[in-house]
Amino acid sequence: MKAYRAIISARFRMFLQYRAAAIAGVGTQLFFGLVLIMIYEAFYRSSSAPKPMSYPQVVTYVWLGQAFLAMLPWYTDYEIYGLIRTGAVAYELLRPVDLYAFWYCRILASRSASTLLRAVPIFLIAGLFLGLRPPPTLASAAAWALAMLGALLLGCSISVLTMLSLLWTTSGLGITQLVSTVVLVLSGMSVPLPLFPDWARPILDVLPFRGLVDVPFRLYNGSLPPEEVLPLFLQQLAWTAGLVLLGRWLLGRGMRRLVVQGG
Amino acid sequence: MLNALSLYLHYLRVSVRSQMQYRASFIMLSISQLMATGIEFLSITILFARFGTFEGWTLPEVALFYGMVNVGFSFSDAAARGFDLFGNMVKSGDFDRLLLRPRSTALQLASQELTLRRVGRFSQGLAVLIWGAATLPIRWTAAKVVLMIASILGGTCLFYGLIVLQATLAFWTTESLEIVNSVTYGGVQTVQYPLAVYQRWFQRFFIYIIPLACVNYFPVLVILGRDDPLGSPMLLRWVAPVAGLLFLVGALQVWKLGVRHYTSTGS
Repeated sequence: MKAYRAIISARFRMFLQYRAAAIAGVGTQLFFGLVLIMIYEAFYRSSSAPKPMSYPQVVTYVWLGQAFLAMLPWYTDYEIYGLIRTGAVAYELLRPVDLYAFWYCRILASRSASTLLRAVPIFLIAGLFLGLRPPPTLASAAAWALAMLGALLLGCSISVLTMLSLLWTTSGLGITQLVSTVVLVLSGMSVPLPLFPDWARPILDVLPFRGLVDVPFRLYNGSLPPEEVLPLFLQQLAWTAGLVLLGRWLLGRGMRRLVVQGG
Repeated sequence: MLNALSLYLHYLRVSVRSQMQYRASFIMLSISQLMATGIEFLSITILFARFGTFEGWTLPEVALFYGMVNVGFSFSDAAARGFDLFGNMVKSGDFDRLLLRPRSTALQLASQELTLRRVGRFSQGLAVLIWGAATLPIRWTAAKVVLMIASILGGTCLFYGLIVLQATLAFWTTESLEIVNSVTYGGVQTVQYPLAVYQRWFQRFFIYIIPLACVNYFPVLVILGRDDPLGSPMLLRWVAPVAGLLFLVGALQVWKLGVRHYTSTGS
């Protein structure tokens, strides 16, 4: 356990070094958030029929999306990507730690560090000036915090899976991009899931991707009542466990047939 | 001039041939780019299905805005790869080599690569454009066709200019800044909806500072035969795409300034 704690804290500190990039990233994200909000504003102005989510709730949802964008499993760890491409992955096998847990921890650390760097300033700016509201009740806030933990664990298990695909294809950029596309749409990042056509909802609700964005963000803005958090959190955990098992199995198979690239 | 052009074409042929060595990877990347950029239109469709109307604009009308800006951007995105990666070149000091060659630096960077996988964004943009154009009751005239092609190319020039400006910044910062993505990728995202729906200050930004409205919003109004809720004069809507070309020319002047300012990192 101590080894994994060390891995996480080392990666975390490394990511906190990239402050300038984070500041530039915050500016870009504020811009995208503003554009999205103006578009929603126009849509809400145009039609007065009752909506599954109110306009202020959507504004909050958009800002949460910008703040936690880096938490989504849509960047891969390019260092591990490089290791697999160059064949240096062989060294990884020599380490006295469990390889799956090692990679999972690396991703967990880089995800949470880069998210933290962006989320804090966006929360401040959007909360003070741009219409991001706090959760309606303390219970909502607590439910949100729990679901965010679930989302982080789930997201990392998806990331490891995408990365493992590299063991078979070597040039996995295409797959990474495909996965990120699927995640963006089905998680509710590009459009909140309640705004999807009603026939799509039952399908979206059983897929794992909902746990990444839809569940935590709607617990935050009050469009999901806080007492629903327990089953939703269990669903996140169940999917995480399933994907971790799948990942471990794939890793085992991949390692048995691994041909190390280059010399 | 002619010599420069033939050299440019020769470089591009080499670049195409080298990418074709990895055919499977090229196909995979093109398809994934098609899907990654295509979800934008999917989102628009979902919102239209939920809300029904959008300030009096219809989905096929938005498709026209969307298609034109995406096609225009895909060309510049494919042709400006050299400028896109320029930050690394400054950091590593490789730019010194370009300065030693007897050709302009802009030409050498422009001819570095023609990124074929951008065909992904291009084809989905074109498909949406064609769908929109076929669905709408537009009375096509030769002048409108010319205007449409001119605005697409104007858009290409404008985006190219933005990428050149982003690269120019690297002379001072030795790092290419993500913030410029707000006006390239963010600009594409913005003008794929009609400009009239945005707030005043935002409209002004994309008319006067980054004139994206001139290569998209104004000419599309002419093609649609709609009045402008912003009240722009008719003549402006016809000549507006020239702004894209002017922007590129301006950006290349700034580039020259940057080159003069360049000091090598010396590694």
